[in-house]
Amino acid sequence: MKYFSILLVALLIGSFACQSESQSATGARQAPEAQTTSAPAKKQGQAYVKDNVSQANALQVAESLDDFSTLVAAIKAAGVENSVVNAGPLTIFAPLNSAFDKLPKGTLDDLLKPQNKDKLAYILTNHVAPANYPLEQLKKEAKKGRKLYMASGKYLQVEQKGDDVYVGGTKILKTVKVSNGWIHVIDDVLVPES
Amino acid sequence: MMKKQARLLFTLFIAAAFLTQCTQQSGNNSGNSSGGALASSAAERVYVKPGDYDEFYAFISGGFSGQLSVYGLPSGRLFRVIPVFSQDPEKAYGYSEETKPMLMTSKGFIPWGDSHHPDISQTDGTVDGRWVFLNENNTPRIARVNLKTFETDEIIEIPNSAGNHSSAFVTENTEYVVAGTRFAVPFPQKDMPISDMKGNFKAALSFIKVDPQTGRMNIAFQIKMPGFDYDLSHPGRGKSHGWFFFSTYNTEEANSLLEVNASQNDKDFIAAVNWKKAEEYIKQGKFTTQKVRYAHNIWDHETHQAHTKWETEVKVLDGSLPGLVYFLPTPKSPHGCDVSPDGEYIIGSGKLAAELTAHSFTKMLKAIEDKAYAGEAYGIPILKYEAVNAGAVKNPGLGPLHTEFDGKGYAYTTFFISSEVVKWKLGTWEVVDRQPVYYSVGHLMIPGGNSRHPFGKYLVAMNKITKDRYLSTGPEVCQSAQLFDITGEKMKLLLDFPTVGEPHYAAGCPRDLVHPKTTKIYKLGENKHPYATKSEKDAHVVRKGNEVHIYMTMIRSHFAPDNIEGVKVGDKVYFHVTNLEQDYDVPHGIAMIGANNSELLIMPGRTETFVWEPKQPGVWPFYCTDFCSALHQEMQGYVRVSPRGSNVPLSWSLDGEKPGE
Repeated sequence: MKYFSILLVALLIGSFACQSESQSATGARQAPEAQTTSAPAKKQGQAYVKDNVSQANALQVAESLDDFSTLVAAIKAAGVENSVVNAGPLTIFAPLNSAFDKLPKGTLDDLLKPQNKDKLAYILTNHVAPANYPLEQLKKEAKKGRKLYMASGKYLQVEQKGDDVYVGGTKILKTVKVSNGWIHVIDDVLVPES
Repeated sequence: MMKKQARLLFTLFIAAAFLTQCTQQSGNNSGNSSGGALASSAAERVYVKPGDYDEFYAFISGGFSGQLSVYGLPSGRLFRVIPVFSQDPEKAYGYSEETKPMLMTSKGFIPWGDSHHPDISQTDGTVDGRWVFLNENNTPRIARVNLKTFETDEIIEIPNSAGNHSSAFVTENTEYVVAGTRFAVPFPQKDMPISDMKGNFKAALSFIKVDPQTGRMNIAFQIKMPGFDYDLSHPGRGKSHGWFFFSTYNTEEANSLLEVNASQNDKDFIAAVNWKKAEEYIKQGKFTTQKVRYAHNIWDHETHQAHTKWETEVKVLDGSLPGLVYFLPTPKSPHGCDVSPDGEYIIGSGKLAAELTAHSFTKMLKAIEDKAYAGEAYGIPILKYEAVNAGAVKNPGLGPLHTEFDGKGYAYTTFFISSEVVKWKLGTWEVVDRQPVYYSVGHLMIPGGNSRHPFGKYLVAMNKITKDRYLSTGPEVCQSAQLFDITGEKMKLLLDFPTVGEPHYAAGCPRDLVHPKTTKIYKLGENKHPYATKSEKDAHVVRKGNEVHIYMTMIRSHFAPDNIEGVKVGDKVYFHVTNLEQDYDVPHGIAMIGANNSELLIMPGRTETFVWEPKQPGVWPFYCTDFCSALHQEMQGYVRVSPRGSNVPLSWSLDGEKPGE
């Protein structure tokens, strides 16, 4: 993670330096060719659209809470931040930091390596259902014995025990409405069965 | 430890490599800039990189489309067509129950209009980007378009008028927006022989007060003028603030074959109206109150509905009241009537004249003081031509129409017959440059053109005829706009782009006046629509006689309810649909098979209504028309329609349950 931050900072410094230099050198607009190739692709996409009236989306809610800092870091490392803010609708089972701590030692560091980007993305998509599942709807799914189809292509079992709802064997601790769907908080990482 | 150091080293190496590459590229750029070839290409100057923004908004009227199109400059990209005077099924404008009243007039519901001259509101003689005013020529009306929502907020009908052409121009603090009368008519209307026109038909010049906070319009007064054709108009500004200038033709008062009979007089007039004087006369009670009936349609931002208020009176001042109006003789049926940014020169473009006429405001005041009259028309003094004229641009081209200014001492005039834009210098009247346009240009627009502070960077020429300029589309081909760079001594053509309808006239302003301030969503908590359903659990259906009211919600990716039974042939079914989303750019649509109507396209937080009158028993689907989400195709539902007199009970559900239960 730190490695990524350092790299990012270095690249940003580079791009700023480049911009100011070329502007002072020409005092005019750059040629279009130069504009498109002179800087690394800046952070683009729906994840970077901000306005002050819309309800917060899933990523914005997760970013605002310290308990999800590992999840947010993983989303960014896997490069799936634009998907998480997509119109969806999405239902995200969001593991707390403590859930990642439960993974075998070294697993997370390993996943965050650039060469494991695809693997990390696959694990994350196993936490996202491309559907609108408020808690009441999940109870209904449990009652009807319907499984949840996840963005990973795998199915998750949903069960109700008393008032509690379980997905993939882990309990939903809390539910938050977000602009593009729902976040259900869990304390386990839902590693897809191979 | 070793590993970390290695990473750091690698990172620094990448950054260094990047910086080096970057320096090299800057070097290349300098080369381009000094070399000029690439930097000066027209393509580059209109190229707006993907994801970047245009520098200016251009609001281009659609002429006979009745609408207002929003383009970016310099790219010429079309962003939106705002429905104003014509129905627009895409946006349900004039189809939804909420918007139908916007098109109500004293002649009933009118689904089409002829939009002409947009003008942006001003503060201190500078465009402020709050509203665009737009006139309708056929059924005289003025609309106010809100530049936060890009929707029509208000339409006011103009009584005693016909052919509202010299409109909708605003004064320099948006005190007034004006309307004129192109076709003189009996005033008030009555049954009489057409041949008795002369002396008996009149024309109203209307001054519509604009509320500085809300923008709400109200006709303050009308000036009853001789029955000429009032063609175009512009406000005085700076020193001439308080005056309004209207060009006239057909001072012959011909009622037939005007192309000949209205071209007899050597000079027609520009009417100079002292509206501050008019305000005094109103205060002194020197008006008559005329009983009229006209529609005043207002959009309510809280209930998300338009309603029509019927206005019943108008104050009328007679044009011959002393000091209220003066006529400035202007050669040969002047069309354009444009005022320089400093308010000194009034440019008259005689359609058939061999020269452009510039009158001086300063000389006009002196002539009034000296009573330098050449005569009078229906009690209105005609000032001596020599006493008011400042000069003329000699042999500028053929068929002069309109003039705009760059704020740097130059004026730009369009010529219909010779298909060109001519740049000339104010004061010396010398022609500096001329460029051909393709073809037969009407209006031109420089952003901020009708103000004290034009943004003299781009000029848009709007052409009526294009013939061979684009891929052919049959007998009817597009009309067009042409973008010129006017920063240099010579105008440089940068871009052609096709337009919606007839690009009659346009108004432009820098993007920052509008772009950062636009509405993103409507807040559900502030929605006061009487049929709003603010939560899925509140969704329900009510029968009142043969009316069925469906209180429906929409959210990614379903309607609630989505199964409805108990509707019968002969019912009038109202779908009152609320979009529960509170997220930018997540509209939902709805369409019902067999509805004699348009879709609804509902923005987040808003409620809209359409009516469906089912004619056949059966089970009929409805669905979301806007690709709202990944499960958009799943956003659908059914209404069961039973025969007349059936006893199927009214019921509704979502996933087998009544919402909220």
